[in-house]
Amino acid sequence: MTVLDVRDLSVDFATEGGTLQALKKVELTVPKNRIVGVVGESGCGKSTLINAILGLLADNGSVTSGRILFEQGQDLAHLDGAAMRALRGRKIATVFQDPMGALNPVLSVGRQMRDIQYRSSVSRKEKDARSVAMLRKVRIPDPEKRLSQFPHEFSGGMKQRIAIAMALMMEPSLLIADEPTTALDATLEVTIIELLKELQQQIGCSVLFISHHLGVIAELCDEMIVMYAGEVVERGTTRDIFHNARHPYTRKLLACDPARLSHRAARLPTIPGTLPDLRRRPTGCVFKTRCEIADGVCSSMPPDTVIAEGHVARCWHTSEALTVEATA
Amino acid sequence: MTSEPLLTVSDLRVRFRMGGIMAGLSGQPTSIEAVAGVSFSLERGRTFALVGESGSGKTTLARAVNGLQDAAGGSIRFEGRELRDISKADWKPLRRRMSMMFQDPVGSLSPRLSVRSILAEPFAIHGLSGKDANAEVLRLLALVGLPRDFAERYPHQLSGGQARRVGVARAVALDPVLIIADEPTAGLDVSVQGEVLNLLNDLRDRMGLSLLIITHNLHVVRQIADSMAVMYLGRFVEDGETEAIFAAPHHPYTAALLSANPEPDPDKVHNRIALPAEVPSLLARPSGCEFHTRCPFARDKCATDAPHPMRMGASLFTCHFPLNTETEAARASTG
Amino acid sequence: MSEQALIEQRPLTRLGGLGRVLRRIMREPLGALGLSLVVFVVFMALFADLLSSYAPTKLSPADRFQPASWLHLLGTDHLGRDLFSRVLHGGRIALAIALGATGASLVIGIVLGLVAGYGPRWLDNLMLLLFDALKSFPTVMLALTLVTLTGPSLTAVVVVVVLVSVPGYARIIRTQTLVLKSAEHVMAARSMGASTTRILAVHIMPNVIGPILILASMDIPVVVAIEAGLSFLGLGVRPPMPSWGSILNDGFANIRDSYWIVVAGGLPIVLTTLGFTFLGETLRDVFDPRLRGRG
Repeated sequence: MTVLDVRDLSVDFATEGGTLQALKKVELTVPKNRIVGVVGESGCGKSTLINAILGLLADNGSVTSGRILFEQGQDLAHLDGAAMRALRGRKIATVFQDPMGALNPVLSVGRQMRDIQYRSSVSRKEKDARSVAMLRKVRIPDPEKRLSQFPHEFSGGMKQRIAIAMALMMEPSLLIADEPTTALDATLEVTIIELLKELQQQIGCSVLFISHHLGVIAELCDEMIVMYAGEVVERGTTRDIFHNARHPYTRKLLACDPARLSHRAARLPTIPGTLPDLRRRPTGCVFKTRCEIADGVCSSMPPDTVIAEGHVARCWHTSEALTVEATA
Repeated sequence: MTSEPLLTVSDLRVRFRMGGIMAGLSGQPTSIEAVAGVSFSLERGRTFALVGESGSGKTTLARAVNGLQDAAGGSIRFEGRELRDISKADWKPLRRRMSMMFQDPVGSLSPRLSVRSILAEPFAIHGLSGKDANAEVLRLLALVGLPRDFAERYPHQLSGGQARRVGVARAVALDPVLIIADEPTAGLDVSVQGEVLNLLNDLRDRMGLSLLIITHNLHVVRQIADSMAVMYLGRFVEDGETEAIFAAPHHPYTAALLSANPEPDPDKVHNRIALPAEVPSLLARPSGCEFHTRCPFARDKCATDAPHPMRMGASLFTCHFPLNTETEAARASTG
Repeated sequence: MSEQALIEQRPLTRLGGLGRVLRRIMREPLGALGLSLVVFVVFMALFADLLSSYAPTKLSPADRFQPASWLHLLGTDHLGRDLFSRVLHGGRIALAIALGATGASLVIGIVLGLVAGYGPRWLDNLMLLLFDALKSFPTVMLALTLVTLTGPSLTAVVVVVVLVSVPGYARIIRTQTLVLKSAEHVMAARSMGASTTRILAVHIMPNVIGPILILASMDIPVVVAIEAGLSFLGLGVRPPMPSWGSILNDGFANIRDSYWIVVAGGLPIVLTTLGFTFLGETLRDVFDPRLRGRG
């Protein structure tokens, strides 16, 4: 069963300089009980994708094609505000980079955790007990005492853990985590990743995990998609992508990560060129301007080539791409 | 060479005042030591990296070296001069010799100045307006690989990577001998991080610069730094040659930081050194070894006795029970 | 999203081109009305000499208390002076005082605010004390005291306005300067060896000046009212120089028989006040909606 099934999703924004196609024919599946990673650099459309799923597109944005099926039923792309609000926070929870976005600075943590359970009819005492249990799960020491404290009394890492506890409180079927570890130190980052993994298994939810950090994706996710300029250029299992990437962009991106170099390099790999202007998308392949193996055929839209079961790359040259490496 | 290193910092201390009179009366400490006795030296043409988690004091240390933060004790010698007791007027010519890059690529550029004005500013400040400012701006843009028309842009019209290049161009404008770079790759995409590090490496080689890099990204350290120091609560817990420390970290904190780096390989088996508990407050430094509250290897002695700095091979560290001592012995016997 | 698009989606906090600003003001009905009124008032004041055929101070006892006619568009007063030309010339004085006093307050307020915000802590505290002390004086009391000491004059009006408005401006500038003091671009300038004057003028002032310009444009009608009020009380512009306040005063003395004098004095005050207020509010909404509810 799939929890989230995004098919052929395109999103346009009306801007002063013309129509900007922020997402183009995005395909994405989040199966039940799995963690799916989304990687891509700034401007790749990660935020637009999340906002489209959550029904939070800016006023000048609109879904021009496709659907976002949630639990094989509702189409989030065409859901009205009230129905969407009923889903958000209950069936679909979110954790963001800055935990203060989820925490109200003037209310105690206990009060906020109780407020989330407003739909539940149990007594206040029972709600608090559930909050304590949840805080314990995210390894906040002394959770009973901590309930009466305010967000500013917690460190950055603890705040993020509380934000996760609050997101998972209602046992959602989908957790969307948008760069939740980016602002944290590496030592805290790994503890949060391990925590997420553990909680996901306990609660049995699916996670859509957005990160620009390839190491984090590799460690946490079962499957992943790679985004570039509003398109999913490659998707597959994490193992497929890291060991057998076929899209030239994916290969270059992986090669750029200094963590893959075991020794000091004379020159670090980079991806020459810049992102195209999305108001004037190049015809055909969106990566062709920065791709060495691009040729005439790349001027027409590349197909989603199936490389293996579940491993798809939007490229004409998925077999030749093997020879491409990032420019050193 | 027996000449003095470009920069020598010894026993440097930086304090911040905390609380008010009430705190003082009630017996709480009225200041914290953000940098608590740090010593290192940097040779010409070399790169030294300061590593540590947020709050470890690395940025404060860098600002003290650059004179933006008053030091409470110790000494900073730069090109043979003691920086701690020179006057403000004497600082000014030194600022041509030493420049600093700040964390936020866009935020460290004045928002209402064009790139041209930003790059011309060092010349204006140091009374070099006689130089053809326009030619200098174009030279700097070319040096960091930005097209000429970028001179007319404003900071908010630049991407992170482009803004960082402008920052680098400004830092090298007056031919300094030392650049202090605070998180030069923070907030940049991976593909752009490489560009910026390559650029800094190139400029170092071409201009004979020395670099002092502050970062929490260990991959960056490995790619750019000759030597490094790991900071914890305002002190160095381990410092030495980068290669040696990566090969065999002796301090458990260094080892924990190294093991905490998620690697882009889904099949990698991680033997992580987990760090429990939170970073202690500088207002209440732990007794004995200050790392013992989070150290997975701590024993009774660690809570009571402060370890003395120990030298082993190419690194210096403060730990009673160092790790990887056999590796070091093996290296010593074979090498 | 491409970088260019991201850039365009950022909130507009920069002042942008003049044409663009005008277009955005004209898009709001109140803004368009405000701008038209302001342009009208300024135009009338600038070309007062050309638009009126009488000298504003010329006495003509034969034409006393004439109601409005084609000859005297707004009628004449108790000394037979043409009210239309008095109103136009009074507008000149009102606008000159408003702009001059507001400009002076701005300059002084910005300088003091920058010094308080960037300078040492003790100086900041001292200046805050001074601002609060000045602000706690009621405007009329201050004006009366000053006029009693120096006698009524244009300068007295300007000084009163400056004393009253500087503390407000300085406080806003000070708060924003405090925030920017530790901003990275300011640290960067310091690390390059920039002098304090340079840091304040190049790196701080351009970034703190926006909101205050908007507030100042909303303060202009207040100054116009202060000037008229003081002149009405005989504490401002000295006769025979025309002032909307003194015209009003003349009118009140004869309101039973010659209502048009009060109209001639009051109408321009109302139009100017409304014009600048609408314009200022639109400017504020266009540039900095956060300022809503202030000023």
